[in-house]
Amino acid sequence: MKTVSFREMKGIGAAYWAVQAVLLLVILVGLGAAHYMETEGHWVTGMSNQIVWGLPHVFAVFLIVTASGELNLASVASVFGKAPYKPLSRLSALVAIAHLVGGLMILVLDLGRPDRLVIAMTHYNFKSIFAWNILLYNGFIGLAVVYLWTMMERRMNPYTKQAGLAIFVWRVLLTTGTGSIFGFLVARDAYNAAIMAPMFIVLSFSYGLAIYLMTVMTLSYWCERPIGEAILARLRNLLGTFVAGGFYFFLAYHLTNLYITQRHGVEAFLLNGESIYSKVFWVGQILVGTALPLALLYAPALRRNRVAMYAACALIVVGGLSQMYVTIIGGQAYPLSIFPGYDVLNSSFGDGQVGQYVPTIYEALLGIAGFAFASFLVFVVARLLPILPESLTDADIDPRLLVDPYHKADA
Amino acid sequence: MSNEHTDQGRRGFLGTAAATVAGLTAAPGLSWVTLAQARPADQPASDKVRWGLLIDTSKCGTDCQACVTACNQENGLVGHNRPQTDAQWLRKVELRNKATGRQVSLPMGCQHCEKPPCVDVCPTGASFKRVDGIVLVDRHICIGCRYCMMACPYKARSFVHEETHDQKSSTPRGMGTVEGCNLCVSRIDAGKLPACVEACHKEGHKAITFGDLKDPASEIAQRLAKEPSSGLREELRLNTGVRFQGV
Repeated sequence: MKTVSFREMKGIGAAYWAVQAVLLLVILVGLGAAHYMETEGHWVTGMSNQIVWGLPHVFAVFLIVTASGELNLASVASVFGKAPYKPLSRLSALVAIAHLVGGLMILVLDLGRPDRLVIAMTHYNFKSIFAWNILLYNGFIGLAVVYLWTMMERRMNPYTKQAGLAIFVWRVLLTTGTGSIFGFLVARDAYNAAIMAPMFIVLSFSYGLAIYLMTVMTLSYWCERPIGEAILARLRNLLGTFVAGGFYFFLAYHLTNLYITQRHGVEAFLLNGESIYSKVFWVGQILVGTALPLALLYAPALRRNRVAMYAACALIVVGGLSQMYVTIIGGQAYPLSIFPGYDVLNSSFGDGQVGQYVPTIYEALLGIAGFAFASFLVFVVARLLPILPESLTDADIDPRLLVDPYHKADA
Repeated sequence: MSNEHTDQGRRGFLGTAAATVAGLTAAPGLSWVTLAQARPADQPASDKVRWGLLIDTSKCGTDCQACVTACNQENGLVGHNRPQTDAQWLRKVELRNKATGRQVSLPMGCQHCEKPPCVDVCPTGASFKRVDGIVLVDRHICIGCRYCMMACPYKARSFVHEETHDQKSSTPRGMGTVEGCNLCVSRIDAGKLPACVEACHKEGHKAITFGDLKDPASEIAQRLAKEPSSGLREELRLNTGVRFQGV
């Protein structure tokens, strides 16, 4: 294998500063929206005592799940020894850190008391999945920084594999924790399922790889560092496999619930095509997020079409946000079964009724600011440090790719 | 002389005891006034006690909101005419049995579980259960994550969506934190009954009985021992401190 050289993201002139200025503006607008929601109180949002987690959580959980998935490429290179992916590892770790920080930014700013963040870091109830997650998030960022260091500092290179293994295990734990936030909730029919954790792990593979590929392809085009066809072909297959894996988990989750009489109500709510959540499920999650990307990735006529691949990634992101919307908000909107065997005739607190939720612009602006902050961070670090490889052509990454894109003789 | 004194004392004691027993037997409705005992301020709550409620839905008035009004007044819960976001610690719910059509009315709030899911999930420990069974929120360390609201099977908690004014000194509240029925903990500590219980009795319904579930002599324990009752969603095995009759 050839030695890959990395170079800072420079030489793109005013476009860099223009993009960063726009991102900064989006971040500031999002922070303004968060400030408004905090000072006025959450009543100005679409959230209520029935739907307590709204659009900010959809964005935040998506970004957190995505972050752990983005690290996969680095893991494949370092832990599983697939040499062709090594040039992509630094960026993989950087975007993972950035998206996790972006997601946490949303999560923290949506707290009722974000000023008490120190309390969240100093008071731990170790039976709480949330408390575990706080530790898992911090550990992930710390390990990812160490991992980047082992890759970028020549003296530390011998430790890259160990660091890669550590963060690979950590990322599996982290997404287990994220899925278990919902999986361990006994109160609600849509949750209370151990499958949530492995489902979130598989979804993180596809969401993470999709966003990562969009980042690589955008930077490659922007910085004029071409990507080879063979490496893209491998990643295309990997992405398709992950999307299909996610679909398998959707099937397993819903078929299990459809078998359990107690859960027929929530399944009808999520699948019957009448509620907004079932529309988002069928159109956003299944059609846009699963069927169309698979068609774009595997249609023989589009095999070498990079626009189709980029579009597939974008659709997977839309599908991922749809899935989070259905899981997080749809799961809360379906009424709690407090009085089994009874119809609720009257309640001032919405008992027995589907929760109403209409997201507000403030929540959307905060969520978008999380994405913008992640991109801003990636561009800042990639400009200061040699994160991006000078070339991603097959010949430069690994000449054997030119002969056999799927060669097994990895170093 | 001393024997006479002793006899008189014994007679007096027996007389008082007989009167108390007679009072409990003949007029159980009066017992709610006398059962609660004040806890000295310098003593911590005791795990020898578990406070609970027994709600007899057959006595609960369909159109009566006395308990809810009393709760709001006691805790300074002022609404903003926004039912989706206004705090509701206690609410009235009207139900109809799907199989039989029988209708029932009941007050609904925190069930003060022995194993509360809200306490399990709270990342900072702000949600906690006092040793005497009362589930509370420490407003000083609640970060407003609302995970407890996701976890509660009874939809018992409210998030303070707006700035609060004219707070009661016994019930501090704060925008951005979560709250719920505290069983009128400061009244209990002062030897008084929860506001909802008192209001229900004043209204003449006497649908809510308050007392120590661990004290076999308490009215609530004696009734629970003799009369059928159930907790809500018992399959979750949370062993609620609030029990119902007629649902």
